[in-house]
Amino acid sequence: MGLPAYASPGQRLWHYIYLTICAFVLFFLVMPLVAVIPISFSVSPFLQFTPEMLRLDPDAFSLRWYRMMMGDCSDPGITTVCSDNWKIGAKNSLFIGIIATALATTLGILAALGLSRPIMPFRKLIMALMISPLIVPLIITASGMFFFFAKLNLVSTYTGLILAHTILGLPFVVITVTATLVGFDASLTRAAASLGGGPVRNFFKVQMPLILPGVISGALFAFITSFDEVVIVLFIGGPDQITLPRQMWSGIRQEISPTILSVATILVILSICLLTTVELLRRRSERLRGIRPT
Amino acid sequence: MTHPSETVLALKVEDMHKRFGEVEVLKGVHLDAAVGDVISLLGASGSGKSTLLRCINLLETPDSGTVSVHGETIGMTTDKTGQPVPSDMSQVIRLRSRLGMVFQSFNLWQHMTVLENVTEALVQVLKMSKPDALDRARATLDKVGMFDRQDYYPAHISGGQQQRAAIARALAMEPEVMLFDEPTSALDPELVGEVLKVMRALADEGRTMIVVTHEIGFARDVSNKVIFLHEGAIESQGAPAQMFGNPESERFRQFLSNALH
Repeated sequence: MGLPAYASPGQRLWHYIYLTICAFVLFFLVMPLVAVIPISFSVSPFLQFTPEMLRLDPDAFSLRWYRMMMGDCSDPGITTVCSDNWKIGAKNSLFIGIIATALATTLGILAALGLSRPIMPFRKLIMALMISPLIVPLIITASGMFFFFAKLNLVSTYTGLILAHTILGLPFVVITVTATLVGFDASLTRAAASLGGGPVRNFFKVQMPLILPGVISGALFAFITSFDEVVIVLFIGGPDQITLPRQMWSGIRQEISPTILSVATILVILSICLLTTVELLRRRSERLRGIRPT
Repeated sequence: MTHPSETVLALKVEDMHKRFGEVEVLKGVHLDAAVGDVISLLGASGSGKSTLLRCINLLETPDSGTVSVHGETIGMTTDKTGQPVPSDMSQVIRLRSRLGMVFQSFNLWQHMTVLENVTEALVQVLKMSKPDALDRARATLDKVGMFDRQDYYPAHISGGQQQRAAIARALAMEPEVMLFDEPTSALDPELVGEVLKVMRALADEGRTMIVVTHEIGFARDVSNKVIFLHEGAIESQGAPAQMFGNPESERFRQFLSNALH
């Protein structure tokens, strides 16, 4: 976005102020994340930039926190608690995240399909109820769920956690799929019906492929929500349900170990890879089919 | 083109009624199509022509009236709330595959190539093997002059080409009746000709066709029967020579003079 040659001094001034504001916003967004990365490679057990690190002394850097994250406790220099909890947490988070996402996506698509039909009664009310987990403060949802799940003996179980995370992920799927369905041309399923396709087959062969971008972004949000979630896990998870965010939380609260920073670094890299892949796939399909993004 | 020996009609519509809320769109329409008939449905917009076409293959559920394809009547009943519904959905689905439909806005599936669009229903509905379906799809695409565009996605070809591909998609099912819902209305004027040419070729083959159209020339030259709908009822009908040569209905005369200017 260049500046046209005929811009007045006022417009020029505003243009540069505008660029500066943008730069500041990006700086404050990115810097806290970037600062974490070098410290995670530090030798020092404290969360700080040591003078040696600033001099780029090779001895000031190490992978010891990454080894510790993987459950390798052989490093004699480590004074903080070392356990397998990070590995267990990662496994649990993935397990809970994937199942909760699958559930939330399936239910969310069905809900969005129903809610986008004009004959559905109480659409606004049901929609509001479905997206309420986004609006109600998480701590309220969590304590409500705790008392409710306690009656059903679901506290301290994986089932309970998966159900709770499904509820949290549901609004994202409902919102994105409903938005995609608004742009969906119902005449395409009509064409499929005119050729003798049944409703279920028409959905999977015609409608689903076309609303897939909305489904994928909804599912991605649902997964990230579950993967990041700590409040509900603290309420509903028992001692067995160590997840990654919960381990980070207890790590930060009980002892400040740079292991957390190595985990954070890995998560940042994973997220970048995931988002890049999704974006590349989206561009590829767009180029292939000439479909404009909706 | 008459078939005096043919006793079973390809399509029979009896006393079709349909209302959308307060508006009565169809007020008891009868329509008989013998095998090989090419029937043009004319009428001003809002006269119910497209609704009639959609009620024939039950994309819209008619409020009352019957549809028979080759003597087989689609069974209707009413649900709990008193709304009319097909009594056997699998019958409707089966009969739909024998009524090929071509839409005003083509309705090709954007996520599939032209060839995949044509093959899909052959494999999914007719349960043909992949190679057989591909053979038939290519032969049909060749017929509508789209053979060399088979690997294009709909977004990359012109409207006329998309409509020809859509005709191939319906045609490949080898339907007994082809329904055309204003097939040229969404096209730029210079693209109308190529689609009409394909439809003319289908009529010459002796296919049974019901065409909702604004193309007076097509109705006059290609069809053997013209039906003029006015406000949901048949105002007049007959052979094109009689209808256009000596229109009895004053409304049809008016419609023609508006359409030709």
